[in-house]
Amino acid sequence: MTRVAAETAAAIEVTSLCKDFGAFTAVRDVSFEVRSGEVLGFLGPNGAGKSTTMKMITGFLAPTRGQVQVAGFDVSRQPLEVKRRIGYLPEGAPAYDDMTATAFLEFIARIRGYRGRERRERVAAAIDRANLGSVVHKPIETLSKGFKRRVGLAQAILHDPPILIMDEPTDGLDPNQKHEVRELIREMARDKAILISTHILEEVDAICDRAIIIAHGTLLFDGTPQQLVAMSSLHNAVRICFEGEIPAAAETSLRRLDEVADVIGGTGADHLTVLPGNGVSIVRQVTHLARDEGWQIEELFVEAGQLDEVFRRITTRTETVHRGGEL
Amino acid sequence: MSATGAILKRELGNYFATPVAYVFIVIFLVLSGVFTFYPGGLYERGQADLQPFFTFHPWLYLFLIPALSMRLWAEERKAGTIELLMTLPISTGEAVLGKFLAAWAFTGIALALTFPVWLTINYLGDADNPVILLSYLGSFLMAGAYLAVGACVSAFTRNQVIAFVISFVICFVFVLAGFPMVMDVFQGWAPQALTNAISSMSFLSHFESVTRGVIDLRDLIFFFSFIGAWLLANAIAVEIKKSD
Repeated sequence: MTRVAAETAAAIEVTSLCKDFGAFTAVRDVSFEVRSGEVLGFLGPNGAGKSTTMKMITGFLAPTRGQVQVAGFDVSRQPLEVKRRIGYLPEGAPAYDDMTATAFLEFIARIRGYRGRERRERVAAAIDRANLGSVVHKPIETLSKGFKRRVGLAQAILHDPPILIMDEPTDGLDPNQKHEVRELIREMARDKAILISTHILEEVDAICDRAIIIAHGTLLFDGTPQQLVAMSSLHNAVRICFEGEIPAAAETSLRRLDEVADVIGGTGADHLTVLPGNGVSIVRQVTHLARDEGWQIEELFVEAGQLDEVFRRITTRTETVHRGGEL
Repeated sequence: MSATGAILKRELGNYFATPVAYVFIVIFLVLSGVFTFYPGGLYERGQADLQPFFTFHPWLYLFLIPALSMRLWAEERKAGTIELLMTLPISTGEAVLGKFLAAWAFTGIALALTFPVWLTINYLGDADNPVILLSYLGSFLMAGAYLAVGACVSAFTRNQVIAFVISFVICFVFVLAGFPMVMDVFQGWAPQALTNAISSMSFLSHFESVTRGVIDLRDLIFFFSFIGAWLLANAIAVEIKKSD
């Protein structure tokens, strides 16, 4: 019975989760779910409650109120069933530093109940997958940050868990290492439910199917990265770079167009940015105008929108929840 | 149980992977040897027993065992590995037991390495080996009691020095429980039942009765229930303090 339930339910289901530390509320009434085959990006400023939420999902912290179901099991009631199904990379990828990577992974495999040949195979497969090859016999404390992180990843995927939870997996890595970790995540995404926290916004665009944003312990956005970008005031804005001087009348005539909310730039700058009202596409009107007026244009392009700006706007204001990008 | 075994193996291996094991064993062997012959006067006594050897164990353990136990949980909390450990599919009880058993097995190894003293006494005279064996067992049980205190205290702090000092003080109280130095603190204000209870928990008196060669079930029960109670407190402390 439980097996059937586990397959039909969402892989992770968080319902009205709250966590108080004394008088301080770290997580306030947070609800969301992650399905199998989905990568959910968990965004928020530092101290927003991301790690606390993850610690409650993985059974490290007990929630003050609310519920967490993982693969159909309640974390508070059946913590071991939940922990068996989760691969978890805690923030900073803690590991027993004086052990070698192999010894450490052997230990994890032993705790997870693998023995004999299967244990050796699991460890070898995890080493291979996390690309640890050359450093497996060195003590973890002597490894570089990138390799330490990979040891943490290897530990998390050793038992091929259906659910993977990673707290800032690419934090502090160089661009190449970030790329490798993202590739690995994308590779595993097909048959797993993955929850990753990050404050790097490009990461959301690069690997996540869906994103949620949390600030001051409150969930503020739940939608796709595209919906998130669409909330930018720069979304669908048109940037025009002129050859030489900007024509004197350009700004006024652009302002006169329907659907144009504002024009930024002007005197001294070599380009103008035309902001649409309500994020609608204005590129046709702008190009028509440019042709009619005979402007000498070097380049003209449509802005996708800036995640930073949306992120700042959402997280510094805390009243409304944005679902599916509605403003 | 396989999880407890995995932790036991890792922890025990960890002692030997660092200089801790060798420093501890060498110091323990040297000091127990020195104390046996100089203040203990093994030769001068002219008796083929190991009384002078075992007499000093409670005092050696008093500062050596907190040094062994102080890292058990404090280090995990300081390094953040406790988050890793407690999100693996093991119960807190299994983790507590695994760590305790590793440290206990380690003291067992250190104790076993004192065998030259036993060889010496057998060479010198007709030793009462059953009593010596029983004394070893008593010493081992007492070491477990010190360790249980130390492991529990270690779970309350992420600072190993604090863990050491507090464990030392608590163990000191239990060594001397029943003696005026400790009892005077309680007499006069504490109810009679409490002072009786404290004086009955003296490590020294339980250990001495074992080393006399008398198997008294009460001594065994004392040490095992003492260990059990502190390990229970240890598990509760881990639950409460793990995320601080």
